[in-house]
Amino acid sequence: MSAGALDVDALIDDPGTGIIVCCGSGGVGKTTTSAALALRAAERGRKVVVLTIDPARRLAQSMGIEELDNTPRPVPGTSGDGSLDAMMLDMKSTFDEVVLSQASPEKAQQILENPFYVALSTSFAGTQEYMAMEKLGLIHAAAQRDHSYDLIVVDTPPSRSALDFLDAPERLSSFLDGRFTRLMLAPARGPARLVTAGLGLVTGALTKILGAQVLTDLQTFVAALETVFGGGFRDRAAKTYALLQDTGTAFVVIAAPEPDALREAAYFVERLEEDAMPLAGLVVNRASVAPEGGLSVDQSAAAAEQLADRPEHALGAALLRLHAHTLRAVERERLLVSRFTAAHPQVATAVVPALAGDVHDLGGLRRIGALLGT
Amino acid sequence: MSSDWPRVRLHVVTGKGGTGKSTVAASLALALASHGKNVLLCEVEGRQGIARMFDVDPLPYEERRISAGLRDSRGAGSVHALHIDPEAALLEYLAMYYRLGRAGRALDRFGVIDFATTIAPGVRDVLLTGKVYEAVERNSRNKGATQYDAVVLDAPPTGRITQFLNVSDELAGLAKVGPIRSQADTMMTLFRSPRTAVHLVTVLEEMPVQETADGIAELSRVGLPVGGVVVNMRRPAELPDADLERAGRGGLDAERVRADLAAALDPVPAPLPGALLTEAAEHAERHRLEVAQREVVDGLGVPVYELPRLPGGVDRGGLGELGALMREQGLA
Repeated sequence: MSAGALDVDALIDDPGTGIIVCCGSGGVGKTTTSAALALRAAERGRKVVVLTIDPARRLAQSMGIEELDNTPRPVPGTSGDGSLDAMMLDMKSTFDEVVLSQASPEKAQQILENPFYVALSTSFAGTQEYMAMEKLGLIHAAAQRDHSYDLIVVDTPPSRSALDFLDAPERLSSFLDGRFTRLMLAPARGPARLVTAGLGLVTGALTKILGAQVLTDLQTFVAALETVFGGGFRDRAAKTYALLQDTGTAFVVIAAPEPDALREAAYFVERLEEDAMPLAGLVVNRASVAPEGGLSVDQSAAAAEQLADRPEHALGAALLRLHAHTLRAVERERLLVSRFTAAHPQVATAVVPALAGDVHDLGGLRRIGALLGT
Repeated sequence: MSSDWPRVRLHVVTGKGGTGKSTVAASLALALASHGKNVLLCEVEGRQGIARMFDVDPLPYEERRISAGLRDSRGAGSVHALHIDPEAALLEYLAMYYRLGRAGRALDRFGVIDFATTIAPGVRDVLLTGKVYEAVERNSRNKGATQYDAVVLDAPPTGRITQFLNVSDELAGLAKVGPIRSQADTMMTLFRSPRTAVHLVTVLEEMPVQETADGIAELSRVGLPVGGVVVNMRRPAELPDADLERAGRGGLDAERVRADLAAALDPVPAPLPGALLTEAAEHAERHRLEVAQREVVDGLGVPVYELPRLPGGVDRGGLGELGALMREQGLA
């Protein structure tokens, strides 16, 4: 049995929905969808904050979030009883906040200056996404305390690694429990005689390849990682994971009606189900639409063909050709979406028609929101 | 037409997600592989996109001939493909440059390899670019390997490309001296030379065009050579300019349209004329926005190439079609 249409308004109106996570591959309009969902929810009475990643400049401007300071700010120009705040996620400062909260000031400073840390906090796949989830956890906890928000909408980075946050805690944990960490921490911890022949070999090889200075930095870095992620990390990670699995969370997978984007969407859907994450449904953006003209693709193409060598009817021929193209695109996209639905019948789907231009103001977001809601 | 990039050995293809950079990279590899030429197409993001596009089995970490190139008057060359995996690249690198023997195996056993390829920052990128460098500047250490006339890299997206290629900087904080540092510097010499070109793929929408402009500025700032901009998936204008202009302001002659339709259809379905006029207005609006974005692209100061949106998506034949257009326009 198929789950049918995704009822976006029911989702955002449900007071039980506390978190919406939007994920999908790059270029499918994820940021726009997140913002449009948030705005629509706010204008229907919810107290909303949207955490977004790298929005288009003009959209960011119109939402008043040009600054990267990791603080939610009110979006000007919304109407209705609800409220909308927006924040552009800054991975680096979220990471730094975790370090500062976990280590003594002196130790934290040492960590923040370590070259490995500096690079890690900006480039390790999955960790940044995980940090976004940690930030989500913080905002959620604060909102529970002071009732500042009753809905948090989260945009995720544009890649497969958007789901790496599901693995990141596990990977970090197993790394910290692993032999490499013990190896790096060994000289700092135990007497030299504990350094076995195997360790000596490895340290020798590393010195040969990296040089002695790098090895020292690396040791400091691993010690730092242990400080930050060794203690409360596993507990926090488990809590965030549970928060994501909670019935108050809804994952929305975003795609475009193209084979690649839908393939990625299938990957997301399967991965979320594997981890028992609550999936609300699929949003297919930028769908072609053809106004109803009473002709099929073939009829339209045949009529255009008939006029093709009659220059006095060139305009009619061109319009019929255009109509046939559009109908063909609509047909192809419907087929792609229906294949997806056949393979994933449990996933409710909403299809949003393409707008001619880019969205860069609240008016545009409102239009997208209205299209999502209907 | 002759190529605008005759000296380039390494073509790096980047673009915002959804702009079709992998398709462009694959077509470019086909286009470059004319008579007798060997071209290597590399992917680094673990997606097996090449295998899918060329309809072959998933690629291992091994150079494979996957297709004949596009024929020219004297015949076709060969396209080879390589799926670069950072772990395999690291092991290969260690084997090629260090005789570590037992210590090498110990590195693996102690999780060093795993650390280097997953957690150690920047190292992953260096390993990926390092292998690309090796394929371009092949030397005697890799015995019996194919020599390539050109290498095409299906690279990470525009937002990450400068960081990805700028390996010296990425490593600067980590390795100030030592063998890794000097190897990174050697790689940078190639990446910054006229033998490399970074092509940016975009579609004519505001965000990807803006990102392309930002990408060009960033690449130039660190001295990486910007190649061309490839405008991909361009929709053809279905109407002559004058009609487009009229359609845009709702000024198409409804009576004339009705008469045209009556010449082909009997009866003309009642909603058809209205539907066609609405569609024409939307088409005109979209076209107007595309023309405006194309003007922005033309103002970027780099060569521009344009590829059409292929109806029905790009299959193996479509790659060849796009490759032929690249040759016509001088990208290959």
